[in-house]
Amino acid sequence: MRTPFVVRFFSATSTKGWLALAAFAVLTLVLLPLLHLAVAPDHPLHVSAYVIAVGGKIMCYAIVAVAMDLIWGYAGILSLGHGVFFALGGYAFGQYLMRQIGRDGAYHADLPDFMVFLDWKSLPWYWFGSDSFGIALFKVVAIPALLALVFGFFAFRSRIKGVYFSIITQAMTYAFMLLFFRNETGFGGNNGFTDFKRIAGLPITAPEMRVALFALSALMLMFTLLLGRYLVSSKFGRVLTAIRDAESRVMFIGYNPLHYKLFIWTVSAMLCGIAGALYVPQVGIINPGEMSPANSIEIAIWVAVGGRATLIGPVIGAAIVNLSKSFFTQAFPDYWLFFLGALFVLVTLYLPDGVVGLWKRLRQKAGRT
Amino acid sequence: MKPIFLALLLWLFTLPTFAALDRAVVTQLGDEDSDVKIAAIQKLAQSAEPEALGILQALVDGTLQGADGEAITINNRVRREIDGALAALKLFHPDRKIRLAAAKELTVNLANEADPGMAPMLARARDKETDDKVKAAIAQAYALATLKHADAAVRLTAVKALAGSGDPNIKLLLLAMTDPANESEVTVRRAAIAAHAEVKSRLALGETVGRIFSGLSLGSILLLAALGLAITYGVMGVINMAHGELLMIGAYATYFMQAQFRTYLPGWLDWYVLAAIPLAFAAAAAVGVLLERTVIRWLYGRPLETLLATWGLSLILIQAARVLFGAQNVEVANPSWMSGGIELMPSIVLPLNRIVIVGFALFVLALVWVLMNRTRLGLFVRAVTQNRAMAGCVGVPTAQIDSVAFALGAGIAGLGGVALSQIANVGPDMGQGYIVDSFMVVVLGGVGQLAGAVWAALGLGVVSKFLEGWAGAVIAKIVVLVFIIMFIQKRPQGLFALKGRFVES
Repeated sequence: MRTPFVVRFFSATSTKGWLALAAFAVLTLVLLPLLHLAVAPDHPLHVSAYVIAVGGKIMCYAIVAVAMDLIWGYAGILSLGHGVFFALGGYAFGQYLMRQIGRDGAYHADLPDFMVFLDWKSLPWYWFGSDSFGIALFKVVAIPALLALVFGFFAFRSRIKGVYFSIITQAMTYAFMLLFFRNETGFGGNNGFTDFKRIAGLPITAPEMRVALFALSALMLMFTLLLGRYLVSSKFGRVLTAIRDAESRVMFIGYNPLHYKLFIWTVSAMLCGIAGALYVPQVGIINPGEMSPANSIEIAIWVAVGGRATLIGPVIGAAIVNLSKSFFTQAFPDYWLFFLGALFVLVTLYLPDGVVGLWKRLRQKAGRT
Repeated sequence: MKPIFLALLLWLFTLPTFAALDRAVVTQLGDEDSDVKIAAIQKLAQSAEPEALGILQALVDGTLQGADGEAITINNRVRREIDGALAALKLFHPDRKIRLAAAKELTVNLANEADPGMAPMLARARDKETDDKVKAAIAQAYALATLKHADAAVRLTAVKALAGSGDPNIKLLLLAMTDPANESEVTVRRAAIAAHAEVKSRLALGETVGRIFSGLSLGSILLLAALGLAITYGVMGVINMAHGELLMIGAYATYFMQAQFRTYLPGWLDWYVLAAIPLAFAAAAAVGVLLERTVIRWLYGRPLETLLATWGLSLILIQAARVLFGAQNVEVANPSWMSGGIELMPSIVLPLNRIVIVGFALFVLALVWVLMNRTRLGLFVRAVTQNRAMAGCVGVPTAQIDSVAFALGAGIAGLGGVALSQIANVGPDMGQGYIVDSFMVVVLGGVGQLAGAVWAALGLGVVSKFLEGWAGAVIAKIVVLVFIIMFIQKRPQGLFALKGRFVES
């Protein structure tokens, strides 16, 4: 008899992995929220709102990085347009947040401010369901999935791969950025969505809401890691890795790579959409800049820094790169691009397996002596 | 009102022909009432005497003095009237260029507001005119001035004369005359309908020609950007994401050369662009070789990693440009022989700088073609493109060929930067927008094919300009992208595929 799905899902992760996840859960779901909410601000153990904000943001990035790793690290498909799925999820949830502003905007109108500014009288059709929390959550997953499905189908069917695929995805995100920059597209143009007031009637700036979003991001990240572990350790994951290493051979054996690639590509896009939806209320803004090619290609470097084809690597990479970004843009704004550029070059030249690979190599060396 | 006696400017008395002007009219220019002033100006304009030009010019400049010795002041209404009168008087200027410009200015003015009073003066100017081109321009202005004439026969002649025009404003005027509310006479209306149709089709033709031209000019820029990329991609199978930054280096080299000429050879400033061409090629090629030797060489066989590494290099180059030259765009001026344009029609002007760039792209293309097809180096490059292992086996030094091909590709990008500096802003991130477009050209044209790159670049340029006119720039970009994705479905090898057997693409 086949083992039930739930059992297979949870047994894919090793004991060591579970222990690490449990430690992470205690830290992000109990310790940090308590230290932020229950400890007085002047107490040395108090965790500031800044830490919660940065932590939540980086966990969203980490979800994107794991999603990216699933297709790049395991299936060998380098997407330079993953930012578009992240941003679409963010925009889908942003629509709901914009509607939640109600009449508290600058114009005190029923419609979002930018629509009043454009002199629109009613919501465009693609804003349907933006008043409902449930439909908003559905759109967060469905819209990136739909785009990924259609785009992936055409791209994988004609066996576009390698640099061809990478550049086409970059062109896609570029085209979407241009589209969303237009005011007439109906997503706030240049400014995007901002000035959010509340989620499900509760004020968005309250410390409790911030902590809730932080904890949700942590939960989602843990779920993403579990799902990733399940996918890559299953038979499906083995076929995927085989496609990465020798696609022609896999086809000759009788598998159709299209289905495998399309599935993991769509899953990855959905995860990015969810990450985007968690990201937007935490940073308080979404604009077309998120779709710029530079943003998407940065996701690839998070994965490369951490280590491809490992699940923990992308999380570490996203944290390292984004923490250095916060540090550099404050301390030496002129040198951030030099640092980032050098990171791209040095990691690809000297650290093909990222920090995780480096750690493994060091341990092996230590074990041998 | 107390009449003011005018003691006219001293220089007026020195003009012997002054007597030809009506002294009373000139005196009225000093009147306090603007209406009297305007009437006088109109009379002076219609007199068509050369001296009137000097007097009116002095009035505008504020150097014409009244009887009290004070400069005569004028308000905006009077000033407008004088501008029109000056244009009319310039029709009698001895210089052909000034007459032509004046006729054109009058046509624009009259198309905005018909002034029947100008008609006799224009008729005189037309009859006196000896130059065919100026005569035609004045005839058109005359037709415009008589378009609202009381006599239907005069209107009919005017409408028929305007059929030869290519001016969107005249098209609107003719359209208005096809309406019974504006024009009572049937024959005139019919003539207006015919004339309107004629002007409209001429305008449409002009617009099409203009679009094709701007498409060709965009295409030649794309070609310059894509030629280098096609060579490096063909030879090494890697996309150099820093290719756009090599364009930027070429453009900054042009800027540098311009600054040098300004300082040391100001008399030769017009020729700085020619001097910039070898500098841009050398600078971009040097940077290209540096990139190839230090980074790209070590990533052979790992195209995706090369993509990331070269992206990192592009970030470093952009930031270096910001540190060296500042984050702002720098100013690169067209030399005088490249500014201005060729006028096909009042609405269609082909800018000279773009024409030069199309020619430059063809020149570079010819050079590359000769290099690739008529030299030993080109033979080697083609050999490595087709089959690296086999080329190595028969003694082609593939590693050296890689370096040389990369230098060549980078140098051509530098040349593209020179061209780009003449029509676009020169700034640190100017190259970023070109990498996707030029890769599209390479994809569409097929790898390792010059002919493919040429057709793809020009085709993409023309098609996107036509789409832009029809649906706006953003939608055009998206449509082109979707088209390319569809195209790859049908022909993954591009328009012109290399013949041969390959295991993997």
